Amino acid sequence: MTDPLVIARPQGLYCPPGDFYIDPWRPVERAVITHAHADHARAGHGQVLATAVSEGVLRSRLGAGLTLQGLAYGEAVVHRGVRISLHPAGHVLGSAQVRLEHGGQVWVASGDYFLSAHDERNPTCAPFEPVRCDCFITESTFGLPLYRWAPQAEVFAEIDAWWRANAAAGRPSLLLAYSLGKAQRLLAGVDAAIGPIVVHGAVAPINAAYRAAGVPLPETATLDALDAAGGRRAAAAHLRGALVVAPPSVLASAWARRLGDFSDGFASGWMALRGARRRQGVDRGFVLSDHADWPGLQRAIAATGAERVIVTHGQEAVMVRWLQEQGLQAGSFRTAYGDEGEGEGEGAGAATAVAEATATAPAEAGDAAAPTAPGAV
Amino acid sequence: MRRFVALYAALDASTATEAKLAALQRYLADAPPADAAWALYFLAGGKPRQTVPGAVLRAAATAAAGLPDWLFEASYQAAGDLAETIAHVLPPPARRSALGLADWLEQRLLPLRGAEPGHQAAQLRAWWDELLPAERFLLVKLIGGGFRVGVSRRLVQRALARHAGLDEALLAQRLVGWTDARTPPSAARLQALLAPADIAPAPAGADGRPLPFFLAHALEAADTAAPAALAARLGPVGDWLAEWKYDGVRAQLVRHGGGVALWSRGEELLTPQFPEVAAQAQALPAGTVLDGELLVWRDGAPAPFQALQQRLQRAAPPRRLLAESPAVFLAYDLLVDGGQDLRAAPQWQRRQRLEARLAGGPLPVSPLVAPLGVAAAAAAAAGEGDANDAATRGWAALAALQAGARARGVEGLMLKHRDAAYGSGRTKAGGVWWKWKVAPWTVDAVLVYAQAGHGRRAGLYTDYTFAVWSRPPADAAEADAVLQAIARREPPQAGALQLVACAKAYTGLDDAELQAVDRVIRASTLEKFGPVRSLRPSLVFELGFEGIARSARHKSGVALRFPRILRIRRDKPLHEADALPALLALLPGPGDRP
Repeated sequence: MTDPLVIARPQGLYCPPGDFYIDPWRPVERAVITHAHADHARAGHGQVLATAVSEGVLRSRLGAGLTLQGLAYGEAVVHRGVRISLHPAGHVLGSAQVRLEHGGQVWVASGDYFLSAHDERNPTCAPFEPVRCDCFITESTFGLPLYRWAPQAEVFAEIDAWWRANAAAGRPSLLLAYSLGKAQRLLAGVDAAIGPIVVHGAVAPINAAYRAAGVPLPETATLDALDAAGGRRAAAAHLRGALVVAPPSVLASAWARRLGDFSDGFASGWMALRGARRRQGVDRGFVLSDHADWPGLQRAIAATGAERVIVTHGQEAVMVRWLQEQGLQAGSFRTAYGDEGEGEGEGAGAATAVAEATATAPAEAGDAAAPTAPGAV
Repeated sequence: MRRFVALYAALDASTATEAKLAALQRYLADAPPADAAWALYFLAGGKPRQTVPGAVLRAAATAAAGLPDWLFEASYQAAGDLAETIAHVLPPPARRSALGLADWLEQRLLPLRGAEPGHQAAQLRAWWDELLPAERFLLVKLIGGGFRVGVSRRLVQRALARHAGLDEALLAQRLVGWTDARTPPSAARLQALLAPADIAPAPAGADGRPLPFFLAHALEAADTAAPAALAARLGPVGDWLAEWKYDGVRAQLVRHGGGVALWSRGEELLTPQFPEVAAQAQALPAGTVLDGELLVWRDGAPAPFQALQQRLQRAAPPRRLLAESPAVFLAYDLLVDGGQDLRAAPQWQRRQRLEARLAGGPLPVSPLVAPLGVAAAAAAAAGEGDANDAATRGWAALAALQAGARARGVEGLMLKHRDAAYGSGRTKAGGVWWKWKVAPWTVDAVLVYAQAGHGRRAGLYTDYTFAVWSRPPADAAEADAVLQAIARREPPQAGALQLVACAKAYTGLDDAELQAVDRVIRASTLEKFGPVRSLRPSLVFELGFEGIARSARHKSGVALRFPRILRIRRDKPLHEADALPALLALLPGPGDRP
């Protein structure tokens, strides 16, 4: 067999001929970063290569002093003989798959991506683009046949109906979602004519970065801005019919108490299962994910034409066995992305909210964030 | 079906009583009566016998989804529920069905019972293909008899009462027997259920059905800590009738014109399992309803619960079982006597009539506990010191008796207020029954295996197996050597110190503790056997339990009754966990067979 273009090292996924890492979880000299979620984009690297469109969000999270080279989707650079290009993953603004070409081989590392059985896209970012390759490194967050996303129009109809009913009853609709990515997708998808939209302080700067990158989002305000503009009484009146988008960490916080009597909902792929939904303890669970579901994973893998597949974070054991039974050469990398291992998806989903709730700084990382590295308990 | 799915979703989504009531009332107002009758059957806890075996369901779903068996199983382990797994793994439906709940049951599901498995599978696959995941989920729950939703019977009664403009107590009475499988729900039955109150009901007990059970409340530990606390909480001891609290099955015995019916609190008919009790009760006059406890009675004392469990599992029990484990119905209340409803009469009057009715047989009466002893102690005390002191002494005498309950094979005492009416359900309106249980036995045990939970706990490791040392370790070093060997996955040597499993427990931890233990389990996993993980032992738990018996189920050779987690003993090193000899010492004497 030819030499691999990517191997797993303690610091992260490593490209030996190019001497750089992809989404390393420990500080390294050179890193390619697929997207800005905290489990993929960590601080402390020497030089970073990422999509130009993700630059604003990355800088807001990793610090303005970041040494970052931004690439357009499809634009290539050659480093130590390895041709590197970034291609849309459809996950969040600027999210990319990393294509590596060297010595006649092409490998693609997916990062996190969104694709389902329906021909639809996340409206806040460029849609997943299949890239032909010899070896595809895929995520597997929702790698069980249990996970089949309904068309997003149906989910948004549910969210709108819930918001409308709450507004009619004069109470705010608190919609919990990760501040980077999911929050903006929700804002772009709801019917903004129903009422005013309020966002948490962790969501507002990311909205600004999205708008700056040309993603149209409806008008939003923060609670503090409302208070400052018209005082608490006027703010409370404003809130009654409002949709309030905030990270899950606000549950049971002083911030949430400012909303008065509200109904709460949580938007996440994990809400597909009753157990996870009930553990979350919210009024409503909306099944909306920025990750591929089971049919999406199969579609994506087939579209690459890869004969070899390496599975990371999520349902590795299940996916590897399934792919092998489909006649592919399949293996897995153990990574510090998303959740720790097979069979444990929901636990990680619920734990993510807990991790967010206890974090002092906003550290959420999309659906798949794990509160701790494997074995760190 | 769609309406029922929407109702289920509303009930499942909310924890607010008013929201649930509103959803129920909305459903009752909108649904066709035949559908509502069936919905009520399921909401009231009715469980039709499983129409399709679980294995057929599973195989049909696996085939319909085009999955290998192992992948279906992996999905099931993640979802923690067969119905939910089936609902999600199947591809989206090709068609939509608008069939109502009653039609689904009567035309489709019930006729499937006993059909040939191939036919069952073909029907299921066709039906699944016309239902959305939420509808499939409920369909499978209805087929498998596993339907559960978070509404109490009381809430259903209240919704019905509001819907029909009737008194809740009247509806509670009419609803008794609603889930009895011999008469299926129908629009006509629903109409009778909701009929105006002025239509005279049949006399209580005349139709062989039980009356709503009156349920007891548990005394808080703080209330029973000292005689003074009891006196403060409950007043004079003389206000109370005390009886032993038996570890049997609560039941009502109805002697009616057509014979004898024995009902569990879950409104299951138990007559077939207890023919000797039914035969004895034939001697009662028709129009009698008794409340009491079913027990297996040997050598003048109640036998451990396992003996009764064997009886419960056998309709028409063989003669050998009848001889080995004879059952009794120990009566403690008389609800209907000579066709007269006594439930509004005070407890002491019902007690007098009970004793009079059964004075010459045919059934034993649960004795009052030391009625004279306690009263005499209280009276004697009243002669001396002050009244406060007297009240306290009476309670002290009762507490001393209560503390000895376990030696008598009972769980503690029941305290029934002498003026209490026989209420409906868990009410305190007409006087109270208190249960005063003895403190549980406890054992400090080591967590050795874990399995993912179901339902709300799916995906979390919440079902635990615990072990104790086969003998007390000599010291920490000896225990540590055993733990090291376990970590190296070496099988234990015969006769050497080892950890032996003694109990499984699922309850007692709150959500935060479950999450914390889940993390420890993931980090200390040694091996995975399907859904079960073996662990490098690292946590000691204090378990409470109510009894102990020999059992081949666990390696320790004993099984605990009602084991549950009292707390995590993070302060306790592993070598200080309990050892088997301490448990064996609790086994009933050689005279009592389990």
